[in-house]
Amino acid sequence: MALAKMKADATEARLSGLSLPDGAAWANAARAEAMDRVRRMGLPTKRDEYWKYTDPTTLTAPDAAEAALFHNDEGPLFGAVDRLKIVFVDGVFDADASDDLAGEGVEIARLADAMAADIHWAKDLYGVLEARGQQPVERPLAALNTAMATDGVVIRATGKVGKPINLIYLHKDVSSDAVLHNLVKVEAGAEVTLLETGPAAARFSKQLEVEVADGGAFHHVRAQGRDHERRAVTHCFARIGAASTFKSFTLTFNGVLTRNECVLEIVGDEAIAHVAGACVGDGGDFHHDDTVFITHDAVNCESRQVFKKVLRNGATGVFQGKILVKEGAQKTDGYQISQSLLLDEDSQFLAKPELEIYADDVACSHGSTSGAIDDDALFYLRSRGVHPDEARTLLTLAFLAEALEEIDNEVLADDLRDRLEGWLARHS
Amino acid sequence: MNAMDTVEVKEGVDQETVDAVKELSGNYKYGWETEIEMDYAPKGVNTDIVRLISSKNNEPEWMTDWRLSAFARWENIEEPTWAMVDYPDIDFQDIYYYARPKSMEEKPKSLDEVDPKLLATYEKLGIPLKEQMILAGVEGAEDVPAEGRKVAVDAVFDSVSVGTTFQKELEKAGVIFCSISEAIEKHPELVKKYLGTVVPPSDNFYATLNSAVFSDGSFVYVPPGVRCPMELSTYFRINAENTGQFERTLIIADKGSYVSYLEGCTAPKRDTAQLHAAVVEIIVEEDAEVKYSTVQNWYPGDEDGNGGIYNFVTKRADCRGDRSKVMWTQVETGSAVTWKYPSCILRGNDSQGEFYSIAIANNMQQADTGTKMVHLGKNTKSRIVSKGISAGKAQNTYRGLVSMHPKAKDSRNYTQCDSLLIGDKCGAHTVPYIEVKNNSSRVEHEATTSKVDDDQLFYCRQRGMDEEEAVALVVNGFCKDVLQALPMEFAMEAQALVAISLEGSVG
Repeated sequence: MALAKMKADATEARLSGLSLPDGAAWANAARAEAMDRVRRMGLPTKRDEYWKYTDPTTLTAPDAAEAALFHNDEGPLFGAVDRLKIVFVDGVFDADASDDLAGEGVEIARLADAMAADIHWAKDLYGVLEARGQQPVERPLAALNTAMATDGVVIRATGKVGKPINLIYLHKDVSSDAVLHNLVKVEAGAEVTLLETGPAAARFSKQLEVEVADGGAFHHVRAQGRDHERRAVTHCFARIGAASTFKSFTLTFNGVLTRNECVLEIVGDEAIAHVAGACVGDGGDFHHDDTVFITHDAVNCESRQVFKKVLRNGATGVFQGKILVKEGAQKTDGYQISQSLLLDEDSQFLAKPELEIYADDVACSHGSTSGAIDDDALFYLRSRGVHPDEARTLLTLAFLAEALEEIDNEVLADDLRDRLEGWLARHS
Repeated sequence: MNAMDTVEVKEGVDQETVDAVKELSGNYKYGWETEIEMDYAPKGVNTDIVRLISSKNNEPEWMTDWRLSAFARWENIEEPTWAMVDYPDIDFQDIYYYARPKSMEEKPKSLDEVDPKLLATYEKLGIPLKEQMILAGVEGAEDVPAEGRKVAVDAVFDSVSVGTTFQKELEKAGVIFCSISEAIEKHPELVKKYLGTVVPPSDNFYATLNSAVFSDGSFVYVPPGVRCPMELSTYFRINAENTGQFERTLIIADKGSYVSYLEGCTAPKRDTAQLHAAVVEIIVEEDAEVKYSTVQNWYPGDEDGNGGIYNFVTKRADCRGDRSKVMWTQVETGSAVTWKYPSCILRGNDSQGEFYSIAIANNMQQADTGTKMVHLGKNTKSRIVSKGISAGKAQNTYRGLVSMHPKAKDSRNYTQCDSLLIGDKCGAHTVPYIEVKNNSSRVEHEATTSKVDDDQLFYCRQRGMDEEEAVALVVNGFCKDVLQALPMEFAMEAQALVAISLEGSVG
C-alpha cells in the first residue's frame, strides 16, 4: 500500500496549485466531478500497467518542457480542400484567423461560451463519455483534461454538413501548455467530417467526446505535427449508435511524445467503427503510443483497428489495443492489426494486442508483426533498376498503405500521402 | 447433470469437439481418496514450520537458511492480482504445509518396502510403480506390444516422494533421477549450484512461498552427451484434506544431453479448495534438449465452483548454452484456478524454445495461462501454439510475452493462439505482450486460422483439400506430434483433445 500512498501524495502535490475554471453551475459541477475522479485514480506513473510502455512523467509534470518552433516551406495541410477553419494558437481560440462558426447542417460554438450558458446540449455530453470510459481501465489524464479545459469547440451536426470542419492547432510559444476539449454530437442520420491539424503547443492535452446517434456518420482525419518537439496526450471517447459509422484516422510525424487513446463504445446494432493510424518516427527521442479500447455491446457490429508504424534511429512505437465483446454482443466482427517496420537495429516496437470475449458467435482476430524491410522485396526492386533509397521509400509507403486506405475521402488521403513522401525524402 | 448437456452450440463448431470437452469434464475419474494414516505438521506457516520441513528432510544448514530467507521475503510481499482469475482470499495460515503418510516416517530403502496402500493408489491411477511391470498400454489396448516403453516414475504423495523407479538402470547411464530431498542429501553440490538460478526465491509471491516450504519434488541430472535411456516422469497426488502441495522440480541437462520429462497430477474431490504452488526449474546447457510435458488434471471443483485445486505454478527453462532447446507441452484440463506460464529464457545463441498448450476450462473453472519467450541470444527461435477452449461459465485467458532483446539479432518468433467458446456464458481472452527491440528479428503474432504457414497451406490445397481442412491438418499436425510423445497413461485423454477442430474459433 506504500505505493498507493506515494501516488496519492504525488497527485495531491501536483493538483494543489490548480484552480478550476469558472462557468455555469452545470459546468462547474462537471469539472469538480472530473477533479474528484483524478484524485480517486491518482495521476499515472510508469509503474501502472496501463503505462507500462510509455513514461507519463513529462505529461504530468507541473511545467511543459520547451519545444522549438518549427518551420518549413510546405503549405498548410488540406490547403486545397474547401473546409471550415477554426484556429487555435497555443490552445487559445483565434477568432480573427478562423472562419465564421456557422455552416450548413451544423451548429458550432466555442467551448468557453457553451460552458457559460445555462441551457445547452453540451451539458449532456461534457465529461459524460469520459467518465463512462474510465471503466474498466482508468484514464486519469482524460479526467484532468475535463476538469481543466477552458477552450475548444462544440459541434452539433443536424444534417449532412456541407464541408469538413478543420481544427487548426498552431504553435507559437516555445513553452505553451494547452488543454483543449471538443465535443461533437452527430444527430440521427447526420454526417460530419472533422479534420485536425497542427502541433498545437509544447505540451498538448486534448480530448474529443463524440456521440453518434442512430444512422449518423462521423469521419475524423488528423495529422499530428511535422517534426515538432511537442508532447501530446489525446483522448477520444465515442458512443456509437445503431447503424451508424465512426471512422478515425491519425497520421503522426515525429513529435517527442505522443499518446493517442481512443475509447469506443458500440451501443447500437449494425454499427461500424474503424480506428486507424500511421506513424513515422525518426530519432531516439521519438515515442509514439496508440492505445485503443473498443467495446462491443450490440449485435452485428463491425470494428477495425489498423495501426502501422515506421521507426528509425532508435524510435519507439507502442500499440495497446483491445477488443471487448460483451455477453450478448453476438455476430461481432472484430479485426485488429498492428505492425511495425523497424528501419534499423536501435528502434523498438512494443505491443499488447488484447481480446476479451464473452459471446460465442463472433469472429475476432488480431495480428501483430514486427520486422525489417524484406530483403527479397528490396532485391526484386533493385533488380528492376530501382535505386535502393527509392526502393526503400516505395516499400515503406506500401507498408503504410493499408492504414491510409482506411480514409474514405481520397482527396484527404492523397494530401497525406504527399506529406508522407516529403517526410520520407527528408529523413532517408 | 452436466452443464453442457443443454448448451446450444453455434453453427460451425464441430460436434466432436463439444463431445470431447463434455467427455473430459463430465466425470472426474480421479476423485477418490486413499484412506491412510498421515503425519501433519501444525496448520499454518511460520519460521518454525519452515525449520520443521527442513529438518524432516534432513537438510543441511545452508538449505534451511535458504528457505528462511525466502520466507522472510514472502512475509513482505503481496499476492498478485493481475491475472484474470477471481477466487476467495486464501488463508495461508489455514493450510497444512506438510503431510506425510505415517508409513513413510522411515524412508523405504527400496520400492518393496513402500506401504502397499500407496502402491495401490498409484496402481489405481494407472501409474505402476513396480519396475518389473512394464507399461503395457492403456485400458482395452491389449494388442499393444508387450515390451511397451519404459518410463521411470517418481511418485509424490502429498508432501513426500514415495518412490522412484528404474533408478539403477538410469544410474548405469549416469542419469540421476530422484526426489529433490534425496538430491539435497546426496548431491548437494549440484543442488547448490543450480537451485534458484532459474526461478530465484524472489521471483514472485508463489515461487517465494514455494522456496520456503517446498517439501519434495523431483531432481534430474543428465550428464554431458547422455541421451536419457527412458522417459522420466513424476506423478503428483494430493490426498490429504486442507493440505497445500508445494513441490519443486529441478532438471539439469548438461552439454549435449537429452531428456524427456512428463508430469501428471490428480487430487480427490472435495468441497473446499486446495492450494498447489509448484516451481519447476530447467537448465539446458550447450546442445542439450529437454522436453517437458504436463497433463494437468487436478480436481476442477464441482459445477457450482465448490472445491478444486488452486494451481499457482512457476515453470521456467533457462537455455544457457548455444544450440540448446526446450519444449513445453501442456494439456490443462483440471484445477479450479490455473495461473501458470511455463517460460523459456533463450540465452544461448541459436537456442530454441517451444510452447504447445491446450487449455480446457468448463463449468466454473478459470485458467490464466500462457508462456514467456525471452530472446537474449542471437539467432534464437521460439514458437507458441496455444488453444483455449471455454465451456459452461468458465474463463480462459492466454497471457504471453515475447521479448526480443536488442542483442538477440536475427531471432524469430511465431505465435498463434486460438480460442473456442462453447456456449454463451463463458469467456475467452488473449493478453499478449510483444516487445521487439531490434530490427533483424521477426515477430509474428496471429490469432486467426487463416494465417498458418502459407506454403504448407498451399501444398495441402494443391492436393485438393479445402482451406479449413488444410488449416486443421497443418495446426493439428504438429500438435498431434507433441501429444503422441506423451506416455501411454496420458495418451487416451490427450488423444481425445486432438479431435478438437479449429472451426468456429475466435481470435
